[in-house]
Amino acid sequence: MIRLFRLDRASRAAPYQNDVGRPGAFPEHSPASPLSIHDLTVAYHRQPVIWDVDLEIPEGKLVGLIGPNGAGKSTLLKACLELVPVASGLVRVYGQPYSKRRELVGYVPQKESVDWDFPASTLDVVAMGGYHRLGWFRPVNKRCRAESMQALDRLGLSDLAHQQIGQLSGGQQQRAFLARALMQNAKLYLMDEPLAAVDAATETSIVELLREMKQRQKTCLIVHHDLATVTDYFDWIILLNMRVVAAGPTQEVFTQENLRKTYGGNLTILSAAADAVQNAGE
Amino acid sequence: MTELTWQTGDTWIVATGVVCAMACALIGNFLVLRRMSMMSDTISHAVLPGLAITFIVTESRAVVPMFVGAVLAGILTTVLTQWINRFGQVERGAVMGIVFTTFFAAGLLLIEQAGDRVDLDPKCVLFGALELTALDRINLSLGPYEITAPRALIVLSFALILNLLFVAVCYKELRISSFDPELATTLGFNAQIMHYLLMVLVAVTAVAAFEAVGSILVIAMLIVPGATAYLLTDRLGVMIAASMAIAAFCAASGHLATVVLPQWLPIKSVSTSGMMATLAGLVFLVTALFAPRHGVIARRRTKLKRKPWNSERKNSFPFDEKRTCA
Repeated sequence: MIRLFRLDRASRAAPYQNDVGRPGAFPEHSPASPLSIHDLTVAYHRQPVIWDVDLEIPEGKLVGLIGPNGAGKSTLLKACLELVPVASGLVRVYGQPYSKRRELVGYVPQKESVDWDFPASTLDVVAMGGYHRLGWFRPVNKRCRAESMQALDRLGLSDLAHQQIGQLSGGQQQRAFLARALMQNAKLYLMDEPLAAVDAATETSIVELLREMKQRQKTCLIVHHDLATVTDYFDWIILLNMRVVAAGPTQEVFTQENLRKTYGGNLTILSAAADAVQNAGE
Repeated sequence: MTELTWQTGDTWIVATGVVCAMACALIGNFLVLRRMSMMSDTISHAVLPGLAITFIVTESRAVVPMFVGAVLAGILTTVLTQWINRFGQVERGAVMGIVFTTFFAAGLLLIEQAGDRVDLDPKCVLFGALELTALDRINLSLGPYEITAPRALIVLSFALILNLLFVAVCYKELRISSFDPELATTLGFNAQIMHYLLMVLVAVTAVAAFEAVGSILVIAMLIVPGATAYLLTDRLGVMIAASMAIAAFCAASGHLATVVLPQWLPIKSVSTSGMMATLAGLVFLVTALFAPRHGVIARRRTKLKRKPWNSERKNSFPFDEKRTCA
């Protein structure tokens, strides 16, 4: 169902020239898809970061975005959100340009992308997820605060509502970000490594939350780094290394061969991946 | 003992200084929070050619054209800085260093050219002349009231009111775009727009303060109170209030010191703006040492209380939840 690459450009896309994908007819992107990406290329200083990405993400699934460091995972999310300029291609959110569907898309940036010494309480940060419903110039009201408290409660952070955000642990900060995402009340979520550097208990609670979101027909595109848990967490995965190596239901796509294509000659990761695949097969 | 020789002029000087310091501190908070304090340096210097060109073109020191010219120059530097940073692949600090020195130097050359016709003194450009601004009084009629006040005070009051309005109206937008510009943009609060709005107001404030405190000391006015308040609190609202209180205190006591100090110490005279900035620096130093939670001493003390593994493995220790709640 997913075309792997465009053959006419494959020779120019540097690292994986030998990968000849399965050229097949690609069905029309359906307007119902939460996120469809057409031939997207993003470049920094004329160096392509992601090349010719073509994807259609199914609704109501947890989708993992997996690839080595520098594969362009974060860039792909930012390009979908129009945060980085796009060299070519286009992105459709429920069949419309992102700028018209803003309120349907939630974003959880990497934890490291913000300054945790900022003078704000956990509640302040979570309330930010509801700012778009308030609109310009309207101050944060009681209702927004009450909703934020609910979101905090849902993630078990209500005791820390009035703590300065820098005093939270890494896992708590990540959960605060997820509470903020809940406040956005979107249908499609783009999450950049929500499970990075969190302890086991936090990971369990976050995954539980993600599954609950899935039950409520939310679609989540999640950048993930831990290959061992991929089959556990995701219904669908995208293997990215500048280009889409493979994308589809996890059990079809998460194969050793695809991982080798994605991670190249990195043997340590490769063997970890092999173990992961083996474990998944058992 | 010493006797205080206080005149009406002194009152005007204090009023001008306090309003100037508060206007600067208010907007400066956001420069501190966005880690772009250097931008104040850039803008405060870059408004000089704007002022000079406007003067040469209009041949007058009318407030409005001066403002327009200087603010345009300020925005131009902001745009140029971003542009060179993006396309020139030069580090941000270096870019600012290039842009503001070039603008400032061009401004100095222009002032020299207009030298015979201008009372813009290069010394005043650097340090301002708060003492002299009190002498340049104008009449302002507000309805039935007729007010005679220093021109600088009136201009600075407008800047303060403008800044207050901006921060009050855009408080939530400023908070989100300072904390997480990407999220702000995705939620429809374009962080780029907020950035330029803020820069326009920094430029307006820098121009308003230019006459009183010059282009170097205005940086102290913009940055130091905010940086001091940043160490004192974990709440944005409190930080803003505290920074303005600190600014007002430094301005008032700064001028008091210039009146009193020459009687105590064997010195002739002290510049008010210089004294204000020096005091602000001292207040910062004291705060940096003794601030309740973020001060050097407080931090050292909490570090000693902690067990060694805590500081190292902050995020990975499984029981860290309890520790941070405490």
